[in-house]
Amino acid sequence: MARFVLRRVLQSAVVLLGVTLVVFLLLQLVPGDPVRVALGTRFDPQTYEALRARAGLDQPLPVQYASYLGHALTGDLGVSFRTGQPVSRIVLERLPATLSLAVTAVVFALLVAFPLGIVAAVRSGSAVDHAARVFSQFGVSVPDFWMGIMGILLFAGVLGWLPPSGYVALTDDPGRWATHVALPAVTVGLVTASILTRFIRSSVLEVLSADYVRTAEAKGLRNRVVILRHVLRNALIPVVTVVAVQLASLLGGVIVIEVLFAWPGIGRLTFDAVQARDYPVLQGAVLLVAALFLLVNLLVDILYARLDPRITVR
Amino acid sequence: MSATTERTARRVLDALRRDPLAVGGTVVLVLLVVVGVAGPWLAPAGVNDVDVDQMLRPPSGAHPFGTDELGRDVLSRVLVAARVSLQVGAVSVGIALVAGVTLGLLAGYYRGWLDSVLMRAMDVLFAFPVLLLAVAIVAVLGPGLLTAMVAIGVVYTPIFARITRAGVLSVREQVFVRAAVSIGASDLRIMRRHVLPNIAAPLIVQTSLSLAFAILSEAALSFLGLGIQPPAPAWGRMLFDGRGFVTDAWWLGVFPGAAIFLTVLAFNLVGDALRDVLDPRQLTLAEARRSTP
Repeated sequence: MARFVLRRVLQSAVVLLGVTLVVFLLLQLVPGDPVRVALGTRFDPQTYEALRARAGLDQPLPVQYASYLGHALTGDLGVSFRTGQPVSRIVLERLPATLSLAVTAVVFALLVAFPLGIVAAVRSGSAVDHAARVFSQFGVSVPDFWMGIMGILLFAGVLGWLPPSGYVALTDDPGRWATHVALPAVTVGLVTASILTRFIRSSVLEVLSADYVRTAEAKGLRNRVVILRHVLRNALIPVVTVVAVQLASLLGGVIVIEVLFAWPGIGRLTFDAVQARDYPVLQGAVLLVAALFLLVNLLVDILYARLDPRITVR
Repeated sequence: MSATTERTARRVLDALRRDPLAVGGTVVLVLLVVVGVAGPWLAPAGVNDVDVDQMLRPPSGAHPFGTDELGRDVLSRVLVAARVSLQVGAVSVGIALVAGVTLGLLAGYYRGWLDSVLMRAMDVLFAFPVLLLAVAIVAVLGPGLLTAMVAIGVVYTPIFARITRAGVLSVREQVFVRAAVSIGASDLRIMRRHVLPNIAAPLIVQTSLSLAFAILSEAALSFLGLGIQPPAPAWGRMLFDGRGFVTDAWWLGVFPGAAIFLTVLAFNLVGDALRDVLDPRQLTLAEARRSTP
């Protein structure tokens, strides 16, 4: 187990190093001079030179990368071309909004997907099963921003129950936060739920045909006990991975949904940085998201290995 | 076409014919291709015919999908935009397929350090949520049709590389590959004639499912203003432009979105059916890892 953990940590560190290289190279891909492009009409020689020097763009490439990496390790991701503020602070300020949206969406998704996926598998071929399959096909095919627009049309336009967009911090006013988070969270959550439902259904179905389930049934255990104690406990192990990966990708900011609902999270920040050509902020947001994604995947793999020790020998 | 390939093709066609959902998906796809090719001729009005007297008119005989905030005919724009979606989908998945299969073949066939380097590089690309990486690439290269296709192609390359490598690893140990090596066939010939045909099934399935996701990604990029640039019509962009008016003019939100949904659904249905026949154990891209944009 310890060797497995060590190996996975080292692997993740190597990938993270690669991620920093990709993020660093993004700036080099900008056609022309990124600082000049970013400043646009606000160009003045002093700001220009200061930003160039701050971003280290007057140095040779390998030196630039080494310095970028060194700074990134200490949490210094440079300064915004737009406001001059430290990128790490700008990015971290947006984390709570994204976090509250992502967690709400995943909780909603679990509430939908667990019962639906389990019942669909246990009563395979029934009406519920068909409904679950239609739902999961719908969820992976529908653009989430379109569902969001339809939600706005119905719940904000026709019924007038919810605000069409905007954000209130959970710590400021939980009630108003809830009304604002409802539409974006349900929009994102339904898509996530459709993916989870499909996965839970197939996972439960696979376990249902296992020998130990037949044994449990043969020794006369009640159906309920078989499902709860034997089927679910084993079927839900792989589901942990999928739930975590979904959460990790939502933490990455659901760009389109945050833009649609004017939700000031990481996704919205990325979009604004793209619009303003504020490359350091774009790099910072992308780096943070990828690092978070790697971290969650690493934790999941370790958790998974604990839940199912066979993994470590593979 | 060899006898085996012909048999497989017939088996696939038979199975698709028996699956009503796959038939429906195929019919939608055929219609889409027709609209994609003939869109400008089918459209009742010019896509950029601005008419300020006809702004935000609800669906009617003259404008079956209504008009937008500039008085343009929504039906015409939806029809013409089909070409953009299909084009981006096909080209970007083509890029991902060619790049991913090449990398996967090299990694799986030669193994060793080349395998390690290539697969770690794919791991790095996999560490980014799909849409975020595409947005970052388009942002630095400049928005437009070509960069959108390249960006989507890049983000879907790792999945093809992984599937190809996994296939190659199992095929290269087979007797027929060792026999080919022993009679002195070149590496290129072995890969082309013996390895590729035997790993085609999962690649075909993945191509079909990736088309669905590529079209969704293109819609998201164009929603963010990073796809084909106005005034050319794109479904995602139409939704973005219409989002401010949607509570007063529902048709601006409904029709372009329904077009994206139907297209993606059709590719998914056909992809699922192909998977059931060709490669029942393969997970969809969504199940393997779906980064919600």
